[in-house]
Amino acid sequence: MMLEVRHISAGYGKVQVLHDLSLGVKAGEILCLLGRNGAGKTTLLKTIMGLVRARSGEILLEGVPLNDLPAYKVPRQGVGYIPQGRRLFAELTVAENLQVGLMTRGQGDEVLEHVLTMFPRLRERMDQRAETLSGGEQQMLATARALCLRPRVLLLDEPTEGLQPSMIAMIRAAVVELRAQGVAIILVEQRVEAVLEVADRVIFIENGRNALEATPDDLRANESLVHRYVGV
Amino acid sequence: MEFGPHLILAILEGLVQASVLTLTALGLSLVFGVMRVVNVAHGEFFMLGAVFAYGVANSIGGAPVVGFVAALIVAPLLVGVLAAAADWLILRRLDHDPERTIVATIGMLYVIQQITLMTYGPDAHPVTPPFNQRIAIPWFEFTDKGLEFYFPWGLSTTSYKLFVVAAAIVAGLGVWLLMARSRLGLILRATQLDRETALAFGIPVQRVYALTFGFGAALAALGAVLVVPIQQAHYLMGGDPLLLSFIVVIIGGLGSLRGTVLAAILIGMSNGIISVFFSPTLAKILATLLVAMVLVYRPQGLFGKKPA
Repeated sequence: MMLEVRHISAGYGKVQVLHDLSLGVKAGEILCLLGRNGAGKTTLLKTIMGLVRARSGEILLEGVPLNDLPAYKVPRQGVGYIPQGRRLFAELTVAENLQVGLMTRGQGDEVLEHVLTMFPRLRERMDQRAETLSGGEQQMLATARALCLRPRVLLLDEPTEGLQPSMIAMIRAAVVELRAQGVAIILVEQRVEAVLEVADRVIFIENGRNALEATPDDLRANESLVHRYVGV
Repeated sequence: MEFGPHLILAILEGLVQASVLTLTALGLSLVFGVMRVVNVAHGEFFMLGAVFAYGVANSIGGAPVVGFVAALIVAPLLVGVLAAAADWLILRRLDHDPERTIVATIGMLYVIQQITLMTYGPDAHPVTPPFNQRIAIPWFEFTDKGLEFYFPWGLSTTSYKLFVVAAAIVAGLGVWLLMARSRLGLILRATQLDRETALAFGIPVQRVYALTFGFGAALAALGAVLVVPIQQAHYLMGGDPLLLSFIVVIIGGLGSLRGTVLAAILIGMSNGIISVFFSPTLAKILATLLVAMVLVYRPQGLFGKKPA
């Protein structure tokens, strides 16, 4: 496994959100997490990033523990994160947002060039402030910024939320290309059809616990599973 | 003296005040902008800068310029290191919580003030300016012979006061270059905009905070070193700069460096001019009224952004 989460419990203050949750993702694999709002999907990604401290359990990146590290050292190990709502540095330009991504692991112009080849529209907007971009362009920038650190593992939290179909297709193409490059991907999605198109495996999370592991074919064959765990 | 020359004199005095205030308020604004910490002890870091400047300049001896240059380097550096250590030992443990850090910095204010009183004493001490030539300022009048220039009695400034203005401009430009053009500035701005995302991109936020707190205090100390040959160092001298810095930061817009500089020039100049023509007390009353108006009609300040 590239990234392994073993028996993780985590939460905020007195509220425990994750209970003994375990999962793993291999290099070149897309693992999708499905679950209702408040199931703990975002908290899991934040716990992997060290932004929420794990109370027990282990998070291993190629066998090396991550959860003992301070949060700022997690991305330096090659874990990229595209948070829900994009969380761009709104008043910084596109170029400056990408520069922050490049600085994370000391990447240079070569990586920037590669990322801009994937998202050519950003090249035309380099001096524009991030807050002035359209929703789709902002998502491109959030993805490009995370790719600037050349991640071994990429965590995406609802990257297609609120986007028009052409933008969704572009983001999906980027995710599939990253899988082909050997990046391990954990994708949190609400849109089940998007999950079925790209996922290699699906894990349902319910009340902060693993509820069920399935393949996209299982879900296509048994739609009641989706209804039961996601409510759609 | 006539009104015109009097006004020139007042403007020059105002410029000196505005220069020192710009540096002090920039430090306060930077700390609030990046860390969301209201540093009530900021005036004490200003005072420490002046006291250290006196200590360094006195212990070195020799020509005043040597002691002053040493103070200009050592005092802000020492204050910056002290402030960074205070952040690491105190504010970091409070997780930089905006409310608890106010209480903590009030505590720091009293501790710094009392330690200074116990060690430095209650007396005010001057630092000799490195140079202090009188510079007469010409004025003009229209006579039968046309435009004539002359030097009215009392219309003068000193080379040191002009140096204070120039040094503040250079330091202000340095801060702008650091923030807008350097890698460190990018890190500071990213941290200011979104602490959690900054962490998720490998920025060591706690260290950035310690550095910011130290740098903000060092800016106040730099302002104090510049002003101490004009004012004298005293353990209670931090109150006024703190009050004026808060006024400037509120008017300029919390966390807006551009607003801080413009508001510092506005308040410093008006303070200087009103003090010369009327009284320093009236200057403070008017500044406080201006703050009240800003808080009522534009609470985000002149250049601040409305919270979303």
